[in-house]
Amino acid sequence: MIESRNLAFAYPRGVELAFADVNLAQGGVLLLRGPSGSGKSTWLALVAALLAPTRGTLTVAGQSLGALRGASADAWRARTIGFLPQKLHLSAALSVQDNLHMAQWASGQAEDRQRARAALEALGVAEFAQRKPAQLSGGQAQRVALARAVLAHPQVLLADEPTASLDDAAAASAVNLLLHTAAQQQATLVIATHDARVAALIAQQRGGLASVHTLQLEAGQSRTAHAYPAHAATAPAQSALPRSGTGGHA
Amino acid sequence: MKTLWFAWRYLWSRPLTAALNVLLLSLGLASVTFLLLVGAQISRAFERDLAGIDVVVGAKGSPMQLILSGVLHIDVPPGNVPLATVDALRTHPMVASIVPISLGDNVQGFRIVGTSHDYLRLYEARFAAGAPWTAPMQVVLGATVARNLGLALGSTFAGAHGLGTGGHVHGDSLYIVVGVLAPSGGVLDRLVLTDTESVWKVHEDATALDDDDRAAMQAEREVTMAFIRYTTPMAAMSFPRFVNTTTELQAAAPALEITRLLSMLGLGTDVLRAFAGVLLLTAGLSVFIALWGAVRERRADLALLRMLGAPPAKVASLLLCESLWLGLLATGLGLLLGQGCAVALGWMLALDQTLLVGGLIWPTALWLVPAMALGVAVVSALLPAWGAYRVGVLELLQ
Repeated sequence: MIESRNLAFAYPRGVELAFADVNLAQGGVLLLRGPSGSGKSTWLALVAALLAPTRGTLTVAGQSLGALRGASADAWRARTIGFLPQKLHLSAALSVQDNLHMAQWASGQAEDRQRARAALEALGVAEFAQRKPAQLSGGQAQRVALARAVLAHPQVLLADEPTASLDDAAAASAVNLLLHTAAQQQATLVIATHDARVAALIAQQRGGLASVHTLQLEAGQSRTAHAYPAHAATAPAQSALPRSGTGGHA
Repeated sequence: MKTLWFAWRYLWSRPLTAALNVLLLSLGLASVTFLLLVGAQISRAFERDLAGIDVVVGAKGSPMQLILSGVLHIDVPPGNVPLATVDALRTHPMVASIVPISLGDNVQGFRIVGTSHDYLRLYEARFAAGAPWTAPMQVVLGATVARNLGLALGSTFAGAHGLGTGGHVHGDSLYIVVGVLAPSGGVLDRLVLTDTESVWKVHEDATALDDDDRAAMQAEREVTMAFIRYTTPMAAMSFPRFVNTTTELQAAAPALEITRLLSMLGLGTDVLRAFAGVLLLTAGLSVFIALWGAVRERRADLALLRMLGAPPAKVASLLLCESLWLGLLATGLGLLLGQGCAVALGWMLALDQTLLVGGLIWPTALWLVPAMALGVAVVSALLPAWGAYRVGVLELLQ
């Protein structure tokens, strides 16, 4: 589902980020960990075809992303990637329902009210369809944003810091919701986080740490030109280092 | 379609800003509408009312007054001239035709104009009912007069002395309506036309003491002025000078006087035009600032649209549509406001039965208003749309 070999990306000023190889099967869960500036965003952007790799290969959902540019990248992203941003970014001007309709508009699909309704229902927030995002609680808003992310039945669901500033109970329910939703959609889930609780929560849900794949990024990596590929390795959580690239369990 | 709908929702998510921008833009466009409407009507009215008149001869005084009073009927005439003097010009080789004009009476503020059938021919008058007069004291009414006074064929009325209301009523000499003209939009609409003979008859009947007196008055008959058409355009060079130097009349060329008048009015319209320009510029700036602010405020939302798969142009079109909505709303409101002002001006002017200006018309030049609105909307949205186009998705991930 997500497969990378010698993947690296260089920003125009010449700083290169090199990433460890990843091989994640459909339905797998990948934890993308590392402190700020370690390249989490860059890796997510590469997987979402927002950036093109400068070195190595990256294949997501059967599509090699090296050659994907411009409009075809946008169209591919609309079909393949679901994204749950940290700050949700629900449009304050629109109702919950219109936020979903706008997502359909943005991705170039015809407006499908039933599908939007079903997505809200699946996440238990259908009753708020007519409300404005400002009238929702944090948890409700996150559910709406998640409904928006999976609206087009993406094969890959990217979640950026979904547990930041949540207490333990809320963090647990957020992670459960993500896992549940991804499983329901049969989507591969990538969670970028520096929250240590997430790994444990996933392990709890999915029957052990071994089932969770981790791409651990190191601080300072971004300031070094492809010198430390060994520092970033795909590995199960908690620093155990078995072979990388095993598929996750759906 | 969906883009328009979302742009509409975004526009009204900040209702005060949106309302202010619509208002500013509407005021600018209303000024333009008003200027275009009034300008078009005045110049068209002048053109139409002056058509076919090469020179006007009348009592000495201000040439512009002669034109304003006798041709456009928005001023009082400088005085009368002897009929004999005017008739003497008929034999002049440069004169093709002479239309006499006698003013002096009115009916409830509408001028009674003594003239000949040539006057009807000059303006290519069309009859809604009846026919031209065949005898003195028969009148043909302009469309506005007939409507306002509620007169129809066969109605009779008495004229009053003077050109404004409130003069002495010539109660014993009644006019009878034999024709009503179709609306022309020109000066004819607000005139009561009759034979020159009628005007003389009314005053002679009213003042003559006996038959001798009447005969003396008939010998001294006067007209107010006469419209003259030349046999050759070359006459414009010499005929006015001939009239001014050798007769007790003065000659005034309508085209010349109106050009002078318009250049005086021009100063006023220039000020109005500059005012409209400043308003439009301010509106454009305000729209720009609002959209620019919106892009800054919604950067992340816009980036999310990109993340969801929207191409940059689609994100930019959202901003452009927002601006186009403003332009569209302002066009509607501005046209309404401008037309309303023109109607109000027409109503005010109609009260003293002067120039015919109104609203609810659509001269071709008025397409300038939506065009300007489109221009302002597009230009002020260009930079914000570009900003939206360039919005970086990576910001979302930081």
